[in-house]
Amino acid sequence: MNLTLKIWRQKNANDKGKMVDYKISDISPDMSFLEMLDVLNEQLINSGDEPVAFDHDCREGICGMCSLYINGEAHGPDRGVTTCQLHMRMFNDGDTIFIEPFRAKAFPVIKDLVVDRSSFDRIQHAGGFISVNTSGNTIDANAIPVNKENADDAFSAATCIGCGACVASCKNSSAMLFVGAKVSQFALLPQGQVEATDRVLNMVKQMDEEGFGNCTNTGACEVECPKGISLENIARMNREYLAASLKG
Amino acid sequence: MALDSKIPQGPIADKWTNYKNHIDLVNPANKRNIDVIVVGTGLAGGSAAATLAELGYNVKAFCFQDSPRRAHSIAAQGGINAAKNYQGDGDSTYRLFYDTVKGGDYRSREANVYRLAEVSANIIDQCVAQGVPFAREYGGLLDNRSFGGVLVSRTFYAAGQTGQQLLLGAYSAMNRQIGRGKIKMYNRHEMLDVVKVDGKARGIITRNLITGEIERHSAHAVVLGTGGYGNVFFLSTNAMGSNVTAAWKAHKRGAYFANPCYTQIHPTCIPVSGDHQSKLTLMSESLRNDGRIWVPKHMKDVEAIKAGTLKPKDLAEEDRDYYLERRYPAFGNLVPRDVASRAAKERCDAGYGVNATGEAVFLDFASAIERYGKEQATVRHLDVNDAALVKKLGQEVVKNKYGNLFQMYEKIVDQDPYNTPMMIYPAVHYTMGGVWVDYNLMTTVPGLYCIGEANFSDHGANRLGASALMQGLADGYFVLPYTIGDYLSNDIRTGPISTDSKEFEEAEKEVREKIEFFVTNKGQHSVDYFHKRLGKIMWNKVGMSRNVQGLTEAISEIKALRAQFWKEVSVPGSSDELNEELAKAGRVADFLELGELFAKDALHREESAGGHFREDAVELDGEQKGEAKRDDENFAYVAAWEYKGEPSDAILHKEQLEFNDIELKQRSYK
Ligand SMILES: Cc1cc2nc3c(=O)[nH]c(=O)nc-3n(C[C@H](O)[C@H](O)[C@H](O)COP(=O)(O)OP(=O)(O)OC[C@H]3O[C@@H](n4cnc5c(N)ncnc54)[C@H](O)[C@@H]3O)c2cc1C
Ligand code: SF4
Ligand code: FES
Repeated sequence: MNLTLKIWRQKNANDKGKMVDYKISDISPDMSFLEMLDVLNEQLINSGDEPVAFDHDCREGICGMCSLYINGEAHGPDRGVTTCQLHMRMFNDGDTIFIEPFRAKAFPVIKDLVVDRSSFDRIQHAGGFISVNTSGNTIDANAIPVNKENADDAFSAATCIGCGACVASCKNSSAMLFVGAKVSQFALLPQGQVEATDRVLNMVKQMDEEGFGNCTNTGACEVECPKGISLENIARMNREYLAASLKG
Repeated sequence: MALDSKIPQGPIADKWTNYKNHIDLVNPANKRNIDVIVVGTGLAGGSAAATLAELGYNVKAFCFQDSPRRAHSIAAQGGINAAKNYQGDGDSTYRLFYDTVKGGDYRSREANVYRLAEVSANIIDQCVAQGVPFAREYGGLLDNRSFGGVLVSRTFYAAGQTGQQLLLGAYSAMNRQIGRGKIKMYNRHEMLDVVKVDGKARGIITRNLITGEIERHSAHAVVLGTGGYGNVFFLSTNAMGSNVTAAWKAHKRGAYFANPCYTQIHPTCIPVSGDHQSKLTLMSESLRNDGRIWVPKHMKDVEAIKAGTLKPKDLAEEDRDYYLERRYPAFGNLVPRDVASRAAKERCDAGYGVNATGEAVFLDFASAIERYGKEQATVRHLDVNDAALVKKLGQEVVKNKYGNLFQMYEKIVDQDPYNTPMMIYPAVHYTMGGVWVDYNLMTTVPGLYCIGEANFSDHGANRLGASALMQGLADGYFVLPYTIGDYLSNDIRTGPISTDSKEFEEAEKEVREKIEFFVTNKGQHSVDYFHKRLGKIMWNKVGMSRNVQGLTEAISEIKALRAQFWKEVSVPGSSDELNEELAKAGRVADFLELGELFAKDALHREESAGGHFREDAVELDGEQKGEAKRDDENFAYVAAWEYKGEPSDAILHKEQLEFNDIELKQRSYK
């Protein structure tokens, strides 16, 4: 395939940045989107130009590091995948593809397509854990049975990879799906009950401080989430938050 | 220096308890005056950082990703072993110990493995308390499955995302300590050297990957949990950033590097499809619980399948060669990874490979779908003779177990594995070699520790499934926190370590010079150009099977490639910004040295052990004819290499392995 790429280039956080056009040829439909960018970068390096910076690591959809905004969609046109799992067979010969970083106030651009998502980490520092010593002197794992349905739902919530596609695709740049997923995981397990009140209050407070917007229930996040994290998690978080506010 | 493994005296079952009863402890008030650096925040580093912080030490933790949650451990799919015997199928600490030593082809250290088996049950308790959502049965209790090489069901899992859930557990434990200010986390920082003061590890040099700033960090002890070096092959199942740099720099500062050639080649990966490929994707081994592996019996069918005139699912049962079931009736498709990998290569080398490149075999779920479907139909009192219904019900069960893996396969290969068998081929996956450590997990450099995949001790020449996660967490949560205390108890009066010493200055200078070289050397080839060439040499000559000629050639080819790299490498951009090519250049430079030592280690080991298959060491007759031949008389030792400049000058030290509790036996899976 031959393609035209329009890529956001921005030298550093202070640079204004602009879209730059690149032509690329001989792309095989079996390549992943990131392999296509590898080819472009090899081409740029060989001609003495600077390669395009983008984040990636596992290249199998699990680390949450890759983060491209492709043709106006987080992680591109395919459903239920990350950018590294997106394959060029989703595109046609001659296509023009727009590639931009995830944009949100709480995700400042570092360079080109790389953004800073450490705001997600700070929300986790505020309460994304169960306070238990790591000594191993806990009760036997089977001492508290967990209803399979709850365990499965907790697992589904816990599969969030922290990629930030939900934020990037939300018109308000809200982080509710991400935070809702973590709150839900612990809300559904008996182990997480004791600190439930503090957890949800602290995490939501931090989320607001980081500059994420509010949720107005447009649901774009759920559509773009590569892990199928559902809006139910936002609803559950809101219930938890309300209950905690009343208590607290 | 003679190697001292510091294995405690006494019966194996009591060693760890006795050890813990007799070590020196650090008073909690004094722990506040002690700093520990942990490099790496995967399962090993993350769990260690959290636990050390909880004990009261001041921890500085480092990773090169933008968040600890993205460490490579996140990718582990299948599960984690623990001797809980919840299934009542006869599991015990001893049996886990036995399976692990046997599975490792008797090349691991007995005392370490026993300790691992002993603490394994605690790991599950710990993780459940942290809110790790393991799979459960309807009664609410934890579910288990079995993995290659064992006959009991001792593997705990969370769908096909076990590593993710365990890492998020360790990450949350870290978050708690970061929130309390006990861990200072340095994301997007790469460690580029270890600093020794008066012979002891006292700090590291790092580069801030965003600003390019070179920083000095000091501590009373340094822990490396920096993962494996499988990316020396370029193509592997490892994440793109996985590298040997931290371990290699430690090696250059005096830490011996053990068994570098012990690499695990995993049997169930998606085959290579072309030259553009940047990495290989693993299909979890748990698939072998239900999938049957085969190639056609007759060459004409191989050709028809390749030509697309015959659909694999239409090939009659009697025309298929279920070669694992045929050769290893006791374990069948569940033989250990080295055995399964070699058997696949043997069939493909003989011409029976089923894809365009001839490097793929089938992993088929049709019989599992039918079996599960019939079971479901029976349970629900439906018609077991309704083929379509049975298929539908069976597919549902399979989807529940492996849905995300099937989806992943379909995205990559563009074929639906519910309706046509998957194609798989072995790929480089895990490195059993690594930095040599004693029973305390300390390297040959005092105060420098190494945990998780980066060290060498627990898996021998072959790692059984679901035991790397177990080792990472055992090291980090339960072993290192004790052993490091024994060492640090001598440091309670030392006070903070200054970074103004000449040792820090010199180490920093060396790091700067190398970086300067890269950004000013205007060569004609990209970093990847060299990495790919190194990978080809490694795979073709130091890969799944090896011979003297190939290894000798590899050594001189790698040497030549390294010389060319230092002349012709080209790194665009500057050193004071985010520069991925610059980071890669440093990593590939280290791979180019490690690669040579790797081949040298493989050359000297004139036996086949586990994943390491020497063509000149094969059983020639008897029941084991054609299988790998181990040589206990001459090679029951750990090869620990001491750095002396060029890899070719490295000096071999041997740690003789003693087996007092398990009899050295031929490993048979027949
Ligand atoms: C696809 C896949 C599936 C797997 N499935 C299983 C399974 O089912 N069961 C099982 O038991 N095992 C499995 N494994 C193996 C297992 O995941 C790994 O062996 C294990 O997670 C390694 O953990 P670790 O903590 O030692 O290292 P890693 O998780 O690799 O962590 C390394 C850390 O070191 C950091 N680092 C590295 N170098 C530097 C540096 N120079 N400076 C700063 N930081 C650095 C990284 O940032 C990272 O934080 C699987 C592996 C793969 C690839
Ligand atoms: S909720 Fe979905 S989109 Fe948002 S961070 Fe998690 S995985 Fe990514
Ligand atoms: S690179 Fe890890 S999710 Fe895409």
